[in-house]
Amino acid sequence: MTAALKIATDALLEVRGVTVRFGGIVALDNISFTVAEGQIAGLIGPNGAGKTTAFNVLSRLYKPSEGAVRFAGRSLLALGAHQIAGAGIGRTFQNLALFRSMSVLDNVIVGAHARGKSGFLGNAFRASLGRREERELSETARAMLTFVGLDHLAERPIASLPFGTQKRVELARALASKPRLLLLDEPAGGLNHEEVAELSGLVRRVRDGLGITVLLVEHHMAFVMGISDKVVALDFGRVIAEGPPAEVRCDERVIRAYLGKAEG
Amino acid sequence: MSAPGTIVSALPAQRIAGLDADFWRRVLIALAVMIAVLLPWAVSDYRVFQFTQAAIYAVALLGLNILTGYNGQISLGHGAFFAIGGYAAAILMHKLGVPYYLTIVPAGLAAFAVGVLFGLPALRLEGLYLALVTLSMAVATPQFLKYFDHWTGGSQGILLRKPAAPLWLPIGRDRWLYYQVLIVLLIAFWAGSNLLKSRTGRALVAIRDHPISAAAMGINLPLYKTCAFGVSALFTGIAGAMAAIVTGFVAPDSFNVFLSISFIVGSVVGGIATVSGAIFGGIFIQFIPNIANQISDAAPWAIYGMFLLGFMYVMPKGVAGFIKERAIRYRQARESADADEAR
Repeated sequence: MTAALKIATDALLEVRGVTVRFGGIVALDNISFTVAEGQIAGLIGPNGAGKTTAFNVLSRLYKPSEGAVRFAGRSLLALGAHQIAGAGIGRTFQNLALFRSMSVLDNVIVGAHARGKSGFLGNAFRASLGRREERELSETARAMLTFVGLDHLAERPIASLPFGTQKRVELARALASKPRLLLLDEPAGGLNHEEVAELSGLVRRVRDGLGITVLLVEHHMAFVMGISDKVVALDFGRVIAEGPPAEVRCDERVIRAYLGKAEG
Repeated sequence: MSAPGTIVSALPAQRIAGLDADFWRRVLIALAVMIAVLLPWAVSDYRVFQFTQAAIYAVALLGLNILTGYNGQISLGHGAFFAIGGYAAAILMHKLGVPYYLTIVPAGLAAFAVGVLFGLPALRLEGLYLALVTLSMAVATPQFLKYFDHWTGGSQGILLRKPAAPLWLPIGRDRWLYYQVLIVLLIAFWAGSNLLKSRTGRALVAIRDHPISAAAMGINLPLYKTCAFGVSALFTGIAGAMAAIVTGFVAPDSFNVFLSISFIVGSVVGGIATVSGAIFGGIFIQFIPNIANQISDAAPWAIYGMFLLGFMYVMPKGVAGFIKERAIRYRQARESADADEAR
């Protein structure tokens, strides 16, 4: 009991008893899990298990009807969707959610929006705050593009790039806010074999090189099990297993959730 | 050069091309300003007056472009903000005796305030629904103006004295007004393009491109969208104030629905999400109806419609979009020619 309590207080992210209902459908049913600082944690489960719903609760796109979410000691549910980035949580989206009219660099600079302060009036009259910020934000953005290996594409229009490259731009954009926790929604989705291998290395470097905790939703089992320190399995909106990948992989309920149960 | 080598060298080549483009942009702006300064000495007083009005429309369209082009909120009611600016200036001059040049900023602020108030309900509306609600604003404007006749002079409007050039300046009234409008235009375009190139401007475009993603990046959607409405109205209100000053007259029927529609037309024809497009749009809505009239007295609006069709057919992204595309294509052609030479 004391050990469990200790883990709970050390956790960077703590989801406790969260329930989300859409009309009569219960998308998340009283789920709880934690992610410790410095971990790479995987959230797995079959389609419709509630993984993306859980992410959208963390991004404050959905409001849970019950439960609490604490991040770095403060309640996330008290914040608005636009305050999450400033609180230290960056995210990518399942299907690309880039700003399609902008260049690669501008997309990543917008990712650093939460780090800026300049407003309409200052920007219109080129006040010094805005100009200094502009330099800082674009330096940060370029550094993040270098980190994901795309600095040579900075000036290119985003729409001209292949899918896998756009996904990496999204990662750079999420990193530009210098988050403490990075949420990756199906980062391997739609990538080819080589790209998935590269992605594993990249996610590890995010944690080891930048010191960012990672929580990812993923279908690609080899990828999740390969990089996660901890895996949380969801099925029908409930947590059915939580622990190291080796344990969760062998968990009877997890196998049943993925393969189905023989009737009779 | 080997294949990997060309990939590495793509970086400096693009940088150089980027600098180049910026340099040419500056040259073009300097050239345009020079033409604008010399223009009054090449044409008649009447034409100077027309160009003054085109410049005023350009400022109004810049406001509309910020809202509709960059932020993605459609407004078919910007004539209302033009009216608010015009009447604010007229009332300040006529009822309170404020000198004309001191009315422009307060008129813009009045339009800003109304714009913010209108931006709040607009938060719940999108696309065509927002277009209809803003259209209702355009429809109602003349009647509102007539109703508050104590301040607005009712359907008679307010007659103002047109400012004359100071005695020490040997230019006529039309040129004097033209230059003052030009100065306001230059300030407005300088501030507007600064805004759009900044953190704020990128946030506005991000909201247009992907609102959910924009919020996840920390952009406060309600705040930016209402401010965009306010700032847009501010520009258009300033334009309205200048229109009242240079025509020396405001009346409800000059702020009808067609004015609002003209603004959208000018904005699209000029280039919807561009700064320079507002200039082309201003010239279009000032001169094309006149030209259409000269071509056919009997059916000027049919001719106007044909002009509109022609513009959209030849330049679907507006005049500014067309020029931008051509410039990019030219640059690409030159770059590949350079690459061929290097080989």
